[in-house]
Amino acid sequence: MTNTSTSTTTATTSAEPTAFAGLETRGAHAWFGKHHALSNVSLKFPVRTVTGLIGPSGCGKSTFIRLLNRMHEFIPGAAMAGEVLHNGGDIYAPNVDAAEVRLKIGMVFQKPNPFPAMTIRENVLSGIKLAHLKRSNHDEIVETCLTRAGLWKEVKDRLDASGGSLSGGQQQRLCVARSLAVEPEVLLMDEPCSALDPGSTLRIEETIKELAERITVVIVTHNMQQASRVSDFCAFFLTDGGPGYLVEADATRKIFTNPADSRTADYVQGKFG
Amino acid sequence: MIALTTPTSASGVEPQTPWMTPRAKQIQTLGTLAFAGVLAGMVVVLTGVAGVDGWAVTFFGLSLVLAVIRTLRVGAKERKDSLMKVIITAAAVTAFAPWLSIFGSVLLKGYSGLRPNYLTQDMSLTVPDDFLEYGGAIHAIVGSFLMVIIATVVTLPLGILSGIYLTEVRGRLTFLVRFVVQSMSGVPSIVAGLFVYTTLVFATNTYSAFAGAMALAVLMLPTVARTAEEVLKLVPEDLRSAGYALGARQWRTAFMVVIPTVRSGLTTAAILGVARVVGETAPLLLTSLSNSTLKFNPLDGPIGSLPTYVFGYLQIGTEYAVARAWTGSLVLLIIVFILFTLARRLGGKDKR
Repeated sequence: MTNTSTSTTTATTSAEPTAFAGLETRGAHAWFGKHHALSNVSLKFPVRTVTGLIGPSGCGKSTFIRLLNRMHEFIPGAAMAGEVLHNGGDIYAPNVDAAEVRLKIGMVFQKPNPFPAMTIRENVLSGIKLAHLKRSNHDEIVETCLTRAGLWKEVKDRLDASGGSLSGGQQQRLCVARSLAVEPEVLLMDEPCSALDPGSTLRIEETIKELAERITVVIVTHNMQQASRVSDFCAFFLTDGGPGYLVEADATRKIFTNPADSRTADYVQGKFG
Repeated sequence: MIALTTPTSASGVEPQTPWMTPRAKQIQTLGTLAFAGVLAGMVVVLTGVAGVDGWAVTFFGLSLVLAVIRTLRVGAKERKDSLMKVIITAAAVTAFAPWLSIFGSVLLKGYSGLRPNYLTQDMSLTVPDDFLEYGGAIHAIVGSFLMVIIATVVTLPLGILSGIYLTEVRGRLTFLVRFVVQSMSGVPSIVAGLFVYTTLVFATNTYSAFAGAMALAVLMLPTVARTAEEVLKLVPEDLRSAGYALGARQWRTAFMVVIPTVRSGLTTAAILGVARVVGETAPLLLTSLSNSTLKFNPLDGPIGSLPTYVFGYLQIGTEYAVARAWTGSLVLLIIVFILFTLARRLGGKDKR
């Protein structure tokens, strides 16, 4: 953990919960129609940290992460309960614009999804165009974002090639660069490496660590090694056939060496799931 | 270390949808619309603005003004939103209006003739001017169904096979086949009728349901083939790969993997084709002509059909004959409506 994040976390311990800087859920539930998918998750994501969401398939991790930037509501029949606070403000409050929430809380998906009709450069700048942001230093943005996503060296000579011409790993890093261009405060990643080769996975993990110096990262992963490598905190989700719930959340080292719950210990040691 | 989780009670939590427009706001919007409606009504009554269209134009203008007034205090974004809502709703209503007008007038004028005898009797023993209690259109309904069924039986395999050729086989003639199918969909229906007239009707020296069905098949084929192609294109490449990787040959993959995947889509293709031709009149005038006796043999000379029935009785022009024609239009509309509803239902099943 970096010095900055330590100081932030100490500050929040003494402060009121409403003043918590970062992302926080309080008693969050999610439904798909009648199906209760996620029950009562209260979890904090301090600023400039990486939190890994782990747990077996179908335990509500992806549902939970989509709740954090209002992507959940796109599914017909979806419903939720509880609060999701970003820097103390409820992102589900009636006067809040969902598009602005998603501008601040970006997302990278499991399957790389660069826009196929756009060049690499246009892909990086697409968020700025789509959200109508006023930026004049386009070249600079393209270079910094691609550099931060660890892709600059590989594509700097072919920025006008189609985004679809890249390999899977490169495409995913392009998607990360695209998310960074709109300068989000939080980046949500839903199994970003599940379709990638080890080399690309390593690059994305390096990118995540660099990102954590400036923004908050939440990452869903099925890869225990990955969770232990990149995350500062880990949250373990589980389901007993009913809705998914949070078993425990703590510093990653504690989760992997000395978790409070025996089921967490079994899971991280690979005994089930 | 900070506590990352604060325990909360899970009991008594109700699902909520905070992203939806709250009920109170919806009622407010409806209230505004009703107010604009009443106001527009008053304008029509009190001033020179007249008629339904005058009311509609006034209503539209008033809704725009009210949308602006209502959102004056909230902000530019909400104002733009409610203005666009009014404009889009008005556009939707405008697009809907002709349909409503057609269906409304057919329903009003055809309703009186729609009685049991209309669906059970033919016109062989009734003259067109008889009271509507006598005679009916069963011969036309049966004739239409007979021809459409034959046309479907001919067209469906051809259409699906050409779809398969275009998407699965992708042979050397793909471009040509696609071109021919596309230009066939531009063939005027009277030309299809003439084609069958100069070939089948001349050769057999008689009008018949079979000739009519062939003319309809010419018109139906492009619709079915193109819809089938579009539907088959939607099958993910992975499924074909999976079939091939199990050692299946191309035709078995096509018929046992690809086609079952889009079975409901192909049903939609067939129904769309039927709906396309069931109301065709011109080609039938040249191929099946018309008749007032109920018959089931497709080769037995001229036969009645709903479109030619409507055409013929409208031309007679007397009160009861015209009423019969309107009822025929209504029956035809209902049949097409049922077919499209079926297509929608079956087409939606794939998505699940």
